[in-house]
Amino acid sequence: MNNDIIVMTYEVPADDFTRAGEASSSVKGKLKKMGVNPDIVRKVAIAMYEGEINMVIHAFGGTIDVIVSPEEIMMILKDQGPGIEDIELAMQAGYSTAPDNIRSLGFGAGMGLPNMKRYTDDMKIESILGVGTTVTMRVSM
Amino acid sequence: MKVSELIKKCSFNVLNEGEGSDREILAPYCCDLLSIAMGRMPADSAWVTVMGNINTLAVATLADASCIILAEGSKLDEPALQKAKEQGITVLATELPIFDAALMIYQEQHA
Repeated sequence: MNNDIIVMTYEVPADDFTRAGEASSSVKGKLKKMGVNPDIVRKVAIAMYEGEINMVIHAFGGTIDVIVSPEEIMMILKDQGPGIEDIELAMQAGYSTAPDNIRSLGFGAGMGLPNMKRYTDDMKIESILGVGTTVTMRVSM
Repeated sequence: MKVSELIKKCSFNVLNEGEGSDREILAPYCCDLLSIAMGRMPADSAWVTVMGNINTLAVATLADASCIILAEGSKLDEPALQKAKEQGITVLATELPIFDAALMIYQEQHA
């Protein structure tokens, strides 16, 4: 790792489960190549994949910026989806609004946001109904 | 036990032999809910599940599973098989229930 700050930007397509995970896989590969500690790579990959899946299921896709600095990895997930009505409720493990077709794929267990919080050192959700949601996650190096 | 030894010792069908067949298996891990599997599965697990869709492959990659074993006669759908080939993930299959498949792996590991 050198001291440069690296920014990676990804588009997350709407309603496309075959491509969901491509952004997080790509970030995982790049961080590995940069020589980032494997435990940190795993945390970032898991948190980002959950976020990606959420954007596909709930928010017609969006964009993800990943900013890598010597101190931390910051992920900013931004969508123009319907927004989250009650963030506290959404954060509860087991609470889910995912439809049945999503559940049959093995998701919708209400673990996405709790996993994102669990695998990052800091997570902030800003959401406005009808406008969209921005989730900012940080993992310290 | 390495993934290649698991293939030899257990009578699982090989749906895709990935690049990591000399990877060590830590232990079998069972779960079908992908978010739980991704959050809790230790790296290098032999992941036993009935979910054979493309997201299974993504979770296996991101959580660093050493291989996937599809139990109960589950199959990989076509996009998932393509993904397994692309990503070089070893995917095995068996008619055994999840518990029996995991137990077989465990017993071979501790034989």
